[in-house]
Amino acid sequence: MEKLLVIIFGVILINNFVLARFLGLCPFLGVSREFKSSLSMGAAVIFVMTLASTCTWFIHRYLLIPYRVEFLQTIVFILVIAALVQFVEMVIQRVSPLLQKALGIYLPLITTNCAVLGVCLLNIKEDYSLLETIVHGAGAGVGFTIAILIMSGIRERLVLGRVPSSMQGFPISFIIACVMALSFFGFQGFFTR
Amino acid sequence: MGFLNEFVKGIWRENPTFRIVLGICPTLAISTTVINGVGMGLAATFVLLGSNIIISLIRNVIPDKIRIPAFIVVISTFVTIVDLFMAAYAPDLHKALGIFIPLIVVNCIILGRAEAFASKSSVWISMADALGMGAGFALALTLISAIRELLGSGTLLGVHILPATYSPAVIMVLPPGAFLTIGVLLGLFNYLSRRRAG
Repeated sequence: MEKLLVIIFGVILINNFVLARFLGLCPFLGVSREFKSSLSMGAAVIFVMTLASTCTWFIHRYLLIPYRVEFLQTIVFILVIAALVQFVEMVIQRVSPLLQKALGIYLPLITTNCAVLGVCLLNIKEDYSLLETIVHGAGAGVGFTIAILIMSGIRERLVLGRVPSSMQGFPISFIIACVMALSFFGFQGFFTR
Repeated sequence: MGFLNEFVKGIWRENPTFRIVLGICPTLAISTTVINGVGMGLAATFVLLGSNIIISLIRNVIPDKIRIPAFIVVISTFVTIVDLFMAAYAPDLHKALGIFIPLIVVNCIILGRAEAFASKSSVWISMADALGMGAGFALALTLISAIRELLGSGTLLGVHILPATYSPAVIMVLPPGAFLTIGVLLGLFNYLSRRRAG
């Protein structure tokens, strides 16, 4: 239990995927213009990360290791994630048009989100059990969502501010990310008494 | 549309990092020392070159509908080659770059060049494009990592450059410093290209 809590807080606050590990920066910068679309993106990422973590864990454990082809990890994982995203998209389209409307365009983008492949690779690297893998995957998604929500909140306000023309768009977003990373840095040493 | 033209384009006019802002994740994550930056740049260039050549060769064979999965398989094959090669011959670098080597697969620069260029051009020109984009990416990585290493630890390539009285701004080698460096550099590049345009 204690280890699970350490994983959750660690992945959300201390090693936040976006702000400390630099994973998933493309959607973080690309989709953070509005609060509402950020929320949809976050939800889609949490969903896919949890699912992908679980699937790749099983594949690694029961296919790659028994056949001793661990070196195929990268190829297999990226194909599994791409197939999974496609599959989830089809299921959602069939089952819930409402959810489809909310997540629709964000799902395909997730395939090339390095955070999803990153979390799967980290699960294997850290040698997590199945439960730890699921918690780590979901926690990573929550951490991503928190970061992108804060970012979109700031950027919505920023519209009213006067930003020098050369700094508009990406440059100022990176500076905001810098300040956010600084404040999340305060969580370092959360667990060391 | 000569070889040289396609090569030069990636370095300045269409620099993947500073002009198109692609492949930011590995750029920021591993640019703490110049060695890491150059290593990552070379690895990505090799993957770009390999995948651009293969994809350009088989561009007329792949059905249009499954071209993206096909590209991903080609790219991840080359990434696996680099991964195993580095683990064998440069274990320290392999350890420092960590999961960012397998993550070259999802680097948008590589899939972007495959889709936008190699799937439409001949092998020779695709090679020039790959080398130019790779060089542009590697140069950007070197620049960013040089700034961060110099300010953050007072060294370049591990050699002390700044006088001993300089107390390193540790923040520059930590995550916030990466965001700060690229933010300021992007702003500077915008300013320069705007001034040049008049």
